[in-house]
Amino acid sequence: MNWAFLQGLLSGVNKYSTAFGRVWLSIVFLFRVMVFVVAAEKVWGDEQKDFKCNTAQPGCHNVCYDHFFPVSHVRLWALQLIFVTCPSLLVVMHVAYREDRERKHRLKYGDNCRRLYQNTGKKRGGLWWTYVLTLVFKIAVDATFVYLLYHIYEGYDFPSLIKCEQKPCPNKVDCFIARPTEKRIFTIFMVVTSLACILLSIFEILYLVGKRCRECFTSGHHSRHIDTNTMSSGSNLMESNSMKTTGKNTPETPAPSYSVAVS
Amino acid sequence: MSWPALYTQLVGANRHSTSLGKIWLSVLFIFRVMVLVVAAESVWGDEQSDFVCNTLQPGCENVCYDQFFPVSHIRLWCLQLVFVSTPTLLVAMYVAYRNHKDKKRLMQSSGRAGFLSNKGQEEEVEALKKRRLPIAGALWWTYACSLLFRLLFEGGFMYALYVVYDGFQMPRLVQCDQWPCPNLVDCFISRPTEKTIFTVFMATASSICMVLNMAELAYLVAKAVTRALCGQRERRASRDRTQSKTNQRSLVST
Repeated sequence: MNWAFLQGLLSGVNKYSTAFGRVWLSIVFLFRVMVFVVAAEKVWGDEQKDFKCNTAQPGCHNVCYDHFFPVSHVRLWALQLIFVTCPSLLVVMHVAYREDRERKHRLKYGDNCRRLYQNTGKKRGGLWWTYVLTLVFKIAVDATFVYLLYHIYEGYDFPSLIKCEQKPCPNKVDCFIARPTEKRIFTIFMVVTSLACILLSIFEILYLVGKRCRECFTSGHHSRHIDTNTMSSGSNLMESNSMKTTGKNTPETPAPSYSVAVS
Repeated sequence: MSWPALYTQLVGANRHSTSLGKIWLSVLFIFRVMVLVVAAESVWGDEQSDFVCNTLQPGCENVCYDQFFPVSHIRLWCLQLVFVSTPTLLVAMYVAYRNHKDKKRLMQSSGRAGFLSNKGQEEEVEALKKRRLPIAGALWWTYACSLLFRLLFEGGFMYALYVVYDGFQMPRLVQCDQWPCPNLVDCFISRPTEKTIFTVFMATASSICMVLNMAELAYLVAKAVTRALCGQRERRASRDRTQSKTNQRSLVST
C-alpha cells in the first residue's frame, strides 16, 4: 500500500476532468508525490537521531525535539497529499451513481426508453456542482495545510540552532537541527507547488463558472431570438441552438503516464 | 499477503455491497491503511531505540518500555484493520457458494435440454459470475451479520487501545520502578505529540467507519421492513382482486 495505490485509484478521474484538472493531477503526482517520496522523506529520515543537544541529561533531547517538532513536515505533507487527492474520487462516485441509476431505469422501462442522462460523464446538473465542490475542497485543504505549517513552525525557515529550556533540561540548552538548509529548500519547494495547485484550482473554477454563464447567456439570447423569428426558419435555428447549448467538448488528451515514476 | 492483496479481495466482494459499504471501503483503505503505511509507521519507527530512561542500569530501559508499551499502537491498528476487513469475506464466500449452486443447476438443466452449445453455456456461466445479487434473503442475513461483526471488532479494538494506554494521549514522561531499575526512574517517550495526533486521527477514522456501518445496518433493516410491508400489501390487494372476481362471477350466474 503506497502512493502507487492512490495513483491507480485516481487514474480514472482524468476522464471527467477539464484540461486544468489533468494538469493539476500531473503536478500533484510529478512535483509533489514523487519529490516527496524520492527526496523529502530521505532528507527528514534522520531527523530525530541527528537532532543534537548540548547536554548529557537523559530525556532532554527527546523533550526538546518534541517541543520544537510537534508534528514532522513529512507527516503533514503525507496527510496533505492524501486529503487533497481524495475529493476527485467524489466525482468518480457520482458518475458511478449516475450509471447505476441509468442501468436501473433501463431495466425497469426496457432498452428503448428515453435515457435519463445523455452522457453520464458530462459535467451537467448535479455533477457540475460535485466537481466545483471538489475544487473548493482541494483549495481549502491545500490552504489549511500551508497555513498550519506556517503556524506550527513560525514561518518556513529552519534555524541551525534552537534554544530549549523544557524540563528535564537543567538550563537553557543549545540544540542543533540536522540539514537545516536542505530542509528549508524542500519546504519552500513543497509550499510553492501547493500554491501553484491552489492557483490552478481557482482558474479551473473560474473557467467552469465562466463557461456555464456563457452557455446560459447564449441559450437565453437564442430562445428570445426564436420567439421573435418567423416559423419557416424555426427548424434550422433549433438545430444550431441545441448545438450551441451543449457546448464544446473538453479535449480528449490522454493523461501523461507516470506509473513508472511513482512506485 | 499484503495490503494490496487484501484490497483486491475486498473489492471483489464489494460489488454486492450497498453504496454506504463502498464508501466504507474507500475510507478504510485511503484514510486508515494508507495513512498507517505512509505516515504512522514512520512515527513509531524509533519507538524503542529513542525511549530513554534517566539511568545507566542495564536492562532498566527494556523493562520499562515493556511495561508501558505491552503492544505497540501500530500492531494494534494492523490487527484491527485485518479483523475489520474479514467479515466482508463472509459475504464473498456466500456469493461464491450461490454462484456454484446456480452453475450446477444451469449445467443440469442444459444437460436435460441437450441442445445448448458449449459456447452458449460458457456465456451463461460468465453472465452468472458477473451478475450482481440483490441483498435479500440469506444474503441479507450474511451481510447484516458481517456488519455486526465489523462493529464489534472496531469497538473492541478501540476500547482495548483506550484501556492499555489509559486514553488516547501519549505523555512525555513516564515514571518506572520495575526491577532492575534502582529506584523511581524518569523515562522519556520519543515524539509524544506526533503520536497523540496520529492516535486521535486513527480513532476518529475508526469512529467514522463505525457510524457508516451503523447507518448501513439501519438502511438494510429499513429496506427489509419496507419490502415485507409492500409484499403484505400486494398479497392483500391480489386477495381482494380474486374475491371481487368470484363475487362478480356468482352475480352473473344468478
